[in-house]
Amino acid sequence: MTKLVGIWYRSAHMSDTPVTGAERATSNYGLDHLRTLESESIHIIREVAAEFERPCLLFSGGKDSVVMLHLAVKAFAPGRPPFPVMHVDTGHNFSEVIEFRDECVERLGVRLVVASVQDDIDAGRVSEQTGPRASRNQLQTTTLLRGIEEQRYDAVFGGARRDEEKARAKERVYSFRDEFGQWDPKNQRPEVWSLYNGRHQQGEHIRVFPLSNWTELDIWSYIEVEDIVLPTIYFAHQREVFQRDGMWLAVTPAVTIMDGEVPEIRTVRYRTVGDASCTGAVDSDAATVDEVIAEVAASRVTERGATRADDRASEAAMEDRKRVGYF
Amino acid sequence: MSAYSDASEMIRIATAGSVDDGKSTLIGRLLYDTKSIFEDQMEAVERTSVQMGAEHTNLALLTDGLRAEREQGITIDVAYRYFATPKRKFIIADTPGHIQYTRNMVTGASTADLAIVLIDARKGVLEQSRRHAFLSSLLRIPHLVLAVNKMDLVDYDEAVFEEIKSEFRDFARKLDVADLTFIPVSALHGDNVVNRSQNMEWYGGSSLLHHLEQVHVASDRNLIDARFAVQYVIRPHATEHHDFRGYAGRISGGVFKPGDEVVVLPSGFTSKISSIQTADGPLDEAYPPMSVSITLDDEIDISRGDMLCRPHNQPRVTQDIDAMVCWLSEASSLRPGAKLAIKHTTRWARAMVKDLHYRLDVNTLHREEGATSLGLNEIGRVTLRTTLPLFVDEYRRNRETGSFILVDEATNSTVAAGMVLSP
Ligand SMILES: Nc1nc2c(ncn2[C@@H]2O[C@H](COP(=O)(O)OP(=O)(O)O)[C@@H](O)[C@H]2O)c(=O)[nH]1
Repeated sequence: MTKLVGIWYRSAHMSDTPVTGAERATSNYGLDHLRTLESESIHIIREVAAEFERPCLLFSGGKDSVVMLHLAVKAFAPGRPPFPVMHVDTGHNFSEVIEFRDECVERLGVRLVVASVQDDIDAGRVSEQTGPRASRNQLQTTTLLRGIEEQRYDAVFGGARRDEEKARAKERVYSFRDEFGQWDPKNQRPEVWSLYNGRHQQGEHIRVFPLSNWTELDIWSYIEVEDIVLPTIYFAHQREVFQRDGMWLAVTPAVTIMDGEVPEIRTVRYRTVGDASCTGAVDSDAATVDEVIAEVAASRVTERGATRADDRASEAAMEDRKRVGYF
Repeated sequence: MSAYSDASEMIRIATAGSVDDGKSTLIGRLLYDTKSIFEDQMEAVERTSVQMGAEHTNLALLTDGLRAEREQGITIDVAYRYFATPKRKFIIADTPGHIQYTRNMVTGASTADLAIVLIDARKGVLEQSRRHAFLSSLLRIPHLVLAVNKMDLVDYDEAVFEEIKSEFRDFARKLDVADLTFIPVSALHGDNVVNRSQNMEWYGGSSLLHHLEQVHVASDRNLIDARFAVQYVIRPHATEHHDFRGYAGRISGGVFKPGDEVVVLPSGFTSKISSIQTADGPLDEAYPPMSVSITLDDEIDISRGDMLCRPHNQPRVTQDIDAMVCWLSEASSLRPGAKLAIKHTTRWARAMVKDLHYRLDVNTLHREEGATSLGLNEIGRVTLRTTLPLFVDEYRRNRETGSFILVDEATNSTVAAGMVLSP
């Protein structure tokens, strides 16, 4: 057997050598937490593939969606995931992330569908915010829901985790959405054992969150043990940034620099990947996965709190966006 | 490799307590003392505390997620919290303690390894504490911790603790609780939560966190009855894997090895396991809760909903199911004659309620024979007749092959959780 055995079994003697029968007996047939989470996620992904007609997986190139896609690929090996991936493209992305996205779907042999915010702006379905603080973040919901409707997706995988945010901590793995894409937190289906109920009427859909029980640290630890490739912006690099609302925002065509904001070159990295207009970088020298894990383990601020202007708007910002159909 | 990549076990915990017993404070304390709370979360809680005119920072706000809850000051639904120590990863399902309790606890605790039931030391064992303990035993949560909270308000008095302990033990004898532990704590001041308390030298046991880190859960899994429900059949289109036909699923019980003889239900055909596959390569054995795909020596027609097991250890194949069901819907009630959809392992069928034998009073455990319906949060024993045979074990033997849900076919909502009994 190969080296994976060393991480697969929870054994008192972790080593690179294969685990013998005797050692395995002492491990009491335990699975370590990452393999337990992996197994749970794969179970969820397979349930969806088996029970829905048109699933799709939301893929932004961010680390959570990369891990989710990695799990989907593992779930159907040696075959391929029987569903496409969809990217809701704000048009304000980091170019590294778009390149990564395209390379990734090519390498894994999955089909990419792009739903573009620009199309909704051009068609007059949404109007773009104006002013230096304009962001397309809010507009994504319209584009996401249009994408789901046009493609007639009945199940949509999202990479959200319950440890991210308080409203998410209450959301089910299978999250029912009505024909307007709305989430009703007070009226969620009970979810017991691993008996997921995806039944729905035509026009309704289910958002499915296979990473519900993963934490930010679990994601990074898994990226390490699985050698998962991420966009370069997750690691320390030099970038021209300026300070706004206590965050380092990148100088990109998507933002307008205001009076008093002074761009400078700093060594930074991103903890989340979102719209360039509202996702901040953090000062960091962490250039490898190992170093990122050490940084995350020591961090005193959540990833969304540190770097997402969209969540800072109010205590209930995420809940409000989720109700109307946001990711 | 960093410290956090090292293998550690995951354990699922459910908490239960009546309103104001201090559940939120206890969870807040566990998160805070294990450094699982981030500064921005803490600041948000402080801001909200001030807005709400509270004198102190209210740690309970850390666990109150939704706007309606913050505004009404109640907890609506199950929320999940995550924390880790170097020894273990913990998932806490935080279930609120008001009337909706049964529904919430069933939702939050169905997969728990351990339940913490809180008791206010001043109030002692209440009707609600009994209900919480009963639900834990009904759901077969293997480990139960009774945390006697607010010990500071009873002068850390050993006699108070002992009295609650013996009263609760008397009641617990009627239940089937495998492992029962009592811990005196003060969630507000931190006594016996993470560290042993100086104020209760008379207490010889572990702190709560220490107990959670040590309790042995791996052996709670059923490693005897081999059960594998087929979720999905993997048949790659690529020519290199053209002959591959893998039955994908998650092991629900027992240990499977290549070479094992297996029987396929419902067809009854037998074959041998030729390999157990994962994306990382083949395994020489698989056990719960691993997700794998199994290939067989023979080409047999197998599809989702079928089950692999060992020829001499099979589940019951039946269309008649006796079960305890917990009704979870406020919009409707369970009545004899009702037809519902049923999901058991990876199988869907339809079920008719043939009989409602009794309703169980969750406070007294009294059986109300002659009950004609089960409403929201009510529990009763029923007999179901299903359109297809299901492959069931008693819930007490296997929580996966012994559980099912009932779904209303008109609204698609999940209306009941069921646990299979022996006929
Ligand atoms: N004196 C004392 N008060 C406590 C203790 N634990 C909780 N409380 C208080 O009891 C009240 C209810 O606590 P809370 O955690 O909101 O209860 P919940 O409804 O069970 O979540 C709050 O005022 C807490 O400060 C304790 O150990 N000692």
